[in-house]
Amino acid sequence: MFSNRLVNILIPTISVFLGLLVGAFIMLGFGYNPLTGYLSLWEGAFGDSYFFGETLRQVTPYILSGLAVAFAFRTGLFNIGVEGQVIMGWLASVWVGLAIDAPMIIHLPLVIIAAALAGAAWGFLPGLLKAKLGVHEVIVTIMMNYIALYTSNALVRNIISDGQDRTDRIPETASLTSEWLAALTQYSRLHYGLLIALFAAAIMWFILNQTTRGYELRSVGFNQDASRYAGMNVGRNIILSMVISGAFAGLAGAMEGIGTFGYQSVKGGFTNIGFDGIAVALLGGNAAIGVVLAALLFGTLKVGALNMPTGAGVPTELVDIVIAMIIFFVASSYMIRWFLLKMKKEGK
Amino acid sequence: MNYVIEMLNIRKEFPGIVANDNITLQVKQGEIHALLGENGAGKSTLMNVLFGLYQPEKGEIKVRGESVKITDPNVANRLGIGMVHQHFMLVDKFTVTENIILGSEPIKKGTVDIKKAEKEVERLSELYGLRVDPKARIRDISVGMQQRVEILKTLYRGAEILIFDEPTAVLTPQEIKELIEIMRALIREGKSIILITHKLKEIMQVCDRCTVIRKGEGIGTVDVADTNPNELASLMVGREVTFSTEKQPAQPKDVTLAIQDLNVKDARQVDMVKSLNLEVKAGEIVGLAGVDGNGQSELIEAITGLRKADSGDIRLNGKSITNLTPRKVTEAGISHIPQDRHRFGLVLDFPIGENMVLQTYHHEPFSKKGVLRYKEIYQKAKSLIEEYDVRTPSVYTKARALSGGNQQKAIIGREVDRSPDLIIAAQPTRGLDVGAIEFIHKKLIEERDKGRAVLLLSFELDEIMNLSDRIAVMFDGSIVAEVKPEETTEQELGLLMAGSKQQKAGGQ
Ligand SMILES: Nc1ncnc2c1ncn2[C@@H]1O[C@H](COP(=O)(O)OP(=O)(O)OP(=O)(O)O)[C@@H](O)[C@H]1O
Ligand SMILES: [Mg+2]
Repeated sequence: MFSNRLVNILIPTISVFLGLLVGAFIMLGFGYNPLTGYLSLWEGAFGDSYFFGETLRQVTPYILSGLAVAFAFRTGLFNIGVEGQVIMGWLASVWVGLAIDAPMIIHLPLVIIAAALAGAAWGFLPGLLKAKLGVHEVIVTIMMNYIALYTSNALVRNIISDGQDRTDRIPETASLTSEWLAALTQYSRLHYGLLIALFAAAIMWFILNQTTRGYELRSVGFNQDASRYAGMNVGRNIILSMVISGAFAGLAGAMEGIGTFGYQSVKGGFTNIGFDGIAVALLGGNAAIGVVLAALLFGTLKVGALNMPTGAGVPTELVDIVIAMIIFFVASSYMIRWFLLKMKKEGK
Repeated sequence: MNYVIEMLNIRKEFPGIVANDNITLQVKQGEIHALLGENGAGKSTLMNVLFGLYQPEKGEIKVRGESVKITDPNVANRLGIGMVHQHFMLVDKFTVTENIILGSEPIKKGTVDIKKAEKEVERLSELYGLRVDPKARIRDISVGMQQRVEILKTLYRGAEILIFDEPTAVLTPQEIKELIEIMRALIREGKSIILITHKLKEIMQVCDRCTVIRKGEGIGTVDVADTNPNELASLMVGREVTFSTEKQPAQPKDVTLAIQDLNVKDARQVDMVKSLNLEVKAGEIVGLAGVDGNGQSELIEAITGLRKADSGDIRLNGKSITNLTPRKVTEAGISHIPQDRHRFGLVLDFPIGENMVLQTYHHEPFSKKGVLRYKEIYQKAKSLIEEYDVRTPSVYTKARALSGGNQQKAIIGREVDRSPDLIIAAQPTRGLDVGAIEFIHKKLIEERDKGRAVLLLSFELDEIMNLSDRIAVMFDGSIVAEVKPEETTEQELGLLMAGSKQQKAGGQ
């Protein structure tokens, strides 16, 4: 009744639907009308071009952080450190943006590369420890997240600014903001970064599926012993995977640093872009296309939620619950898969 | 007639392939019933249907005369059907007892009553002569013991009908003898057994009746007393099969592989290979005989670069390859058919086609400037799959979905096709049917005659005697004797392998 590919598409779709359904019941339970609630969420995400612009802006870093998690995962690694790599990428993009004076054609690429390198470096260390000493990447990357957060805060306060809570704004030559895109969307903060994110998705697909390097990375992800037997350098592939993953994460940080905000500030807590990336990757099945679609959903929910208090009087916390529900149903997709297969059996 | 199991006109399809078509299998109470068929004939599939892992598209299953629907393994357990799978399903880090009770733990006051479980495991293991250590961890015990754990698992769940899917393929001759005793003990206690095996000798030895399937179709059932191995083989393959392979005397040329004073430690830092000397010449097959665990695996891993050699020298065509990386060893001209095909031989989640270029993907024509060329890859895969008669719905099928024997044939095809100077074949015919064994033996001899050196590791003396031009006996980490197959007997080999007789120390 269902082909395998269909099952792979059905599972996330059903997960999302179930999440929305449970969210509706919760709203109902608290005395809100779920219909007006979801309607204002929709309005808030796609209601007019400003909202649409904001949604796409929010989608941009999600695509990149989702790609970061997915890429590592395909090599069998669980990169919880995307959050820290995002922060380092953000910091690096702003720092280099402020430190250098150059025409845009040099300045902008330089800033973007700096962000990717910073994220990559932050991924390199856990990769190295895993490859050489067998230290589990989850533990190291969690620690690296905190190191990133406080390093960034210290640098912003003491080195990049004089005791301020945020850096200066980066010059136009290092910025991704686009007069044209902003004008098109009633001056939303939409910027050129979306193109970079989509390009990165294509790159990920190309590396993993079309190159010999990707063949090795996938092989190591599935079976390290067979990869070693086949002559692949398992350690090097682990490190490389973390470096590429970190680079994607660093770019996600740049989207915020030189796209949305134009500065880095002292942060009281994590940005959550990296952590949400885990959910995005999971929902997207760790494939490039899937990640783009999942990021679209997450961005929509995040931005649309802002309209729910004014539109329907529903508190934003509730939207967080709905998102949590969706993740819950995706994580337990085993249940849904089992159910589908059972129907498949009986449908025959 | 008193049948415990009746599978009537079973049909099971997979995407692109009919694995079982109109197969009937009737098992009598208290018999050992053999299920025989070529690789990919559909034996495992049929047994998975009986065990509730697959649902048949057509057909009826009766247990003790009653028609039943076996929707999942729990139902099978309740009906008293237990299965020991071709590839074990044990949790590595758990103890023997924990594995046995997994899923039906005895509970006392809300916690698992491990003491009671251990007692029960001990009782069962005594009753059937299944020696196990209830407290040992799976990863620390031998394959033979792991298999006994699998058997205990089924007995613990009250199985009356036991399915064994190729139990002897992974065992040493000594362990096979023990298993046969165990099966006889099970029958004495009133159980019934379905046994899948490719070894006709075993069928003749222990089975009462034998059902043959060919390419998914049931051919019929014969009484073992009224038949002979030749008849069974031709029933199963559909043509005559020769058992011993014809070959001309070897014409050895230059030394291809030369090992001197090699020492290798295992993961626990125990010396496994000790001052070993060995030579293999171009154009000859050297059989490595020995009881499992005498350093054979470590020797092969050291040659292929998978394990570090402690000291000593390994040379290929005069050039030292000691402690080179596996990649360098491969490119120097060595092919390796690994003993453990799932662990080393294949990436099970890759399509079988991509598995065919596991060592060569980075060379032209399979890639160019780092970009894969799938067209070339799959073209190569298709031709190999045809040449080596690997039965699979397509080259895009995941390696995992192939039958065990067909996975093996795919690996052999890949390794031989690289035209190496030296082929290291570790248990190359494990899990293969008689027809495929004949074919693989012919291939290896063909390669020899093309001037390649072959190092053959096998625990089957038949295979060693049949195929080798020279036999090196390995005991306790070194070569204790070298003999010619035509100048020795299986008895003498057995004594040499047990270390009770020393011919001359070291190689030449
Ligand atoms: N899960 C699956 N999906 C698709 N095809 C399958 C699957 N399992 C088995 N097959 C196909 O069904 C056929 C029969 O396979 P099966 O494993 O039953 O063979 P077998 O008789 O046990 O062979 P062997 O002796 O090599 O173990 C094979 O062609 C195999 O490729
Ligand atoms: Mg099988």
